[in-house]
Amino acid sequence: MEQKSMRLTLRVWRQDGPNDAGHVETLQVDGILEDMSFLEMLDKVNQDLIRAGKEPIAFDHDCREGICGTCSLMIDGVAHGPMKGTTACQLHMRHFRDGDTITIEPWRSGAFPVVKDLVVDRSAFDRILQAGGYVSVNTGAAPDAHTLPVPKPDADAAFDAAACIGCGACVASCPNGSAMLFVAAKVSHLARLPQGQPERRKRVLDMVAQMDAEGFGACSNHYECEAVCPKEISARVIAEMNRDYLESRLCSGS
Amino acid sequence: MTLKLDARIPDGPLHEKWDECRFHDKLVNPANKRKFKIIVVGAGLAGGSAAAALGELGYQVEVFVFHDTPRRAHSIAAQGGINAAKNYKNDGDSIRRLFYDTIKGGDYRAREANVFRLAQISNHIIDHCVAIGVPFAREYGGLLDNRSFGGAQVSRTFYARGQTGQQLLLGCYQSLLRQVHAGKVRFHARKEMLDLVKVDGHARGIIVRDLVTGEITRHAADAVVLATGGYGNVFFLSTNAKNSNVTAAFRAYKRGAGFANPCFTQIHPTCIPVSSEYQSKLTLMSESLRNDGRVWVPKQKGDQRPPNEIPEDERDYFLERRYPSFGNLVPRDVASRAIKERCDAGYGVGATGMAVYLDFRDAIQRLGRKVIEERYGNLFAMYEKITGEDPYEVPMKIYPAVHYTMGGLWVDYHLMSTIPGMFVLGEANFSDHGANRLGASALMQGLSDGFFVIPYTIGDYLARHGTMDPKQKVQPDHPAFDEVESEVRARIQKLLDVKGSTPVDVFHRRLGHLMWDECGMARSKEGLERALQEIPKIRAEFWKDVAIPGDPKEFNQELEKAGRVADFLEFAELMCMDALHRNESCGGHFRVEYQTEEGEALRDDENYAYVAVWEHRGPDQPPELNKEPLVFEAVHPSTRSYK
Ligand SMILES: Cc1cc2nc3c(=O)[nH]c(=O)nc-3n(C[C@H](O)[C@H](O)[C@H](O)COP(=O)(O)OP(=O)(O)OC[C@H]3O[C@@H](n4cnc5c(N)ncnc54)[C@H](O)[C@@H]3O)c2cc1C
Ligand code: FES
Repeated sequence: MEQKSMRLTLRVWRQDGPNDAGHVETLQVDGILEDMSFLEMLDKVNQDLIRAGKEPIAFDHDCREGICGTCSLMIDGVAHGPMKGTTACQLHMRHFRDGDTITIEPWRSGAFPVVKDLVVDRSAFDRILQAGGYVSVNTGAAPDAHTLPVPKPDADAAFDAAACIGCGACVASCPNGSAMLFVAAKVSHLARLPQGQPERRKRVLDMVAQMDAEGFGACSNHYECEAVCPKEISARVIAEMNRDYLESRLCSGS
Repeated sequence: MTLKLDARIPDGPLHEKWDECRFHDKLVNPANKRKFKIIVVGAGLAGGSAAAALGELGYQVEVFVFHDTPRRAHSIAAQGGINAAKNYKNDGDSIRRLFYDTIKGGDYRAREANVFRLAQISNHIIDHCVAIGVPFAREYGGLLDNRSFGGAQVSRTFYARGQTGQQLLLGCYQSLLRQVHAGKVRFHARKEMLDLVKVDGHARGIIVRDLVTGEITRHAADAVVLATGGYGNVFFLSTNAKNSNVTAAFRAYKRGAGFANPCFTQIHPTCIPVSSEYQSKLTLMSESLRNDGRVWVPKQKGDQRPPNEIPEDERDYFLERRYPSFGNLVPRDVASRAIKERCDAGYGVGATGMAVYLDFRDAIQRLGRKVIEERYGNLFAMYEKITGEDPYEVPMKIYPAVHYTMGGLWVDYHLMSTIPGMFVLGEANFSDHGANRLGASALMQGLSDGFFVIPYTIGDYLARHGTMDPKQKVQPDHPAFDEVESEVRARIQKLLDVKGSTPVDVFHRRLGHLMWDECGMARSKEGLERALQEIPKIRAEFWKDVAIPGDPKEFNQELEKAGRVADFLEFAELMCMDALHRNESCGGHFRVEYQTEEGEALRDDENYAYVAVWEHRGPDQPPELNKEPLVFEAVHPSTRSYK
């Protein structure tokens, strides 16, 4: 089967580092095939740039199969691009047409400074989880796995929340730059399981406090986050976390 | 032979060896643990679990990863599951059976004692992971579910939908962050280890490049743990994450660590076939799919009809035909070769003829779409995104791809390399899988090494060879650090000085093609000799014409890649040498000269029942082969049969 070859105009954000103002660069690209992934399209553009003696476009990626959460591109103003439940690395060029203009930008959020071009620093996420996103059990101390049955519906709900890949699309697409979906996904994962109960209250308070300290915005129920989440995590977890948070505040008396 | 290969296998019967080892190992007093600093490079399942467990014990741990956060390690991509000998299904499993299956699956090229310990520890891994909140799949009664995987006739694989690696890695990462919060672990993201520093023969530190600022720094410690993953990307196209590489392990090899069985590579039978010349990686379709999917090709050569129009009696379910008792669940090496055989014979399907069908029609009819969706929903969705075809309606097209490397740095029973004080965990070591790894056992091994082996064995090393006296500890201003750091800087400068015009990827692709053709699924003397002539040519062109734009003192992805590809260009030679010297076929190593009449691997136990451990002898010298003989006491090596 002959694949159709496309010509595209790319408008790409270029920025040398956190202190550079950055600008949009327009590139004409040719020879893009339908079966290429979006990142393979960028690979090809980069090869052409290097051959022309220019600096390639920096972008983050690793697994290229939608699970590591590394890729992080705003494509035509939408985090990870136009396909629902799809990361940028899983997006294929068959969803674009010959002659299209595509705008590619980094995640934009005060809490995610730009490292270079399309690469941002998401270490704030690590710090939020550090504040309490775990179960405090030391290695060697666990009882047999079957001493703790978990009703299947709870296990499934915990899994749905735990599917978060920590990419940050939720933050990038939120008008307020809120990290609520990310934080709530972890809170909900552990709150749904019996293992998470002993530290449940402290966990939610500490994680929310760290989220605020990192400078993420507040949630005002736009639900853009849910719309772009490549793992389709439901905004229901935000409501769950809010409830947990209020209860925990009341119980801790603060 | 100049390497001292004492595997330090404890005395006593197999099932008591690990007890024996722990009893004789020296302990570090709890109050003294904080006086020892341990560097852990890598935070996948192996490194992440090691760092967390060592932090819990009270050691000072410094973790380095080239990723922007530990949660992105390649382990995240593991789909299918993790084995354990729980026998929760009451179907005849036991520690001994898991041990036996692993030794047999590895085609009798693994060390019995290590594998037995792995099987013993497997159950603790599941207990611990459940306790830290890993959401494994459960049955309606609330207990854990299991499924079957290739190479076994029992159901012992625990899973979390198709995202088992993700959920296990997040569990490790959370435990690691807990230790960061407690002040026991410091992690350094976007930092790449570029070399190992030895003082008086012992590993005492590493040299690191900050991938954001380009800064080169020195880090000293009482011991170094490498958990840097596998080297499948030497083939350019593989199922590994794009940034996985051999650099840390290869640099350690050049500093004196023996490299074991580098040619033992696993080709996974079920991956999405190559579709364009710009293909950048290959995507695995989990082995678990073979539980319900049936592999077939048309009986008629070049049959162009759409698969759903080919009637039942015109389909050749060749795995079921050739291996009636294991059927679609034969081990990976066997399945991969059978697929290649059909395609080479002209029965392949798809645009290139380099694919076979993996068909769920019967399973959907038998179990209903909902059950299939529950078991494999995310894999089906992934397939559809990549190919644009719906596997609920049309059979998947699959072809084998490079997936895992059984070879790795040689380690003894304590997981210590031939460099004292340097330990190697996870896919980066060679220890447990022989010449072929069974599905769902890499996750098991990584977590066993990290959570349950290294916390004990490193203590023995520190108690015997470490010093608690701050004045005697090696500091980063030691001359050994000066020397290695200047070599690291010189290597970077040499890359930049090339100022050529060809992108790094071009060389990597060429190397990958060559390796796939000559050192891939089928290897021959002529082919390997040809590769050994070609690799130095590609390497010479690389050093003459590689283009690395940008500044070394900033975020520079081409420079990162160039350093890794430079190492692959040398390492590939070692792989081919190893493959050439091993005049037998075993597991994933298939030499066309050594096969049975039915085309199965023909092992030579008389001459090759050993671990081949390669030793670096200097820049212009060929590496030297050292051998660790493999002694089988509990299982008698026999011809593997899955018929
Ligand atoms: C697609 C896929 C699916 C798989 N599915 C399964 C499965 O279902 N079951 C199973 O048992 N196995 C599976 N495997 C195999 C298994 O996932 C891996 O073997 C295992 O996860 C490797 O873990 P690791 O901790 O050794 O290394 P990795 O997870 O690769 O981690 C390597 C770490 O080292 C760091 N690193 C490497 N080099 C350097 C350096 N120079 N400096 C600093 N840091 C460095 C990286 O940043 C990373 O943190 C699968 C593999 C693939 C490719
Ligand atoms: S590169 Fe891993 S999710 Fe996109």
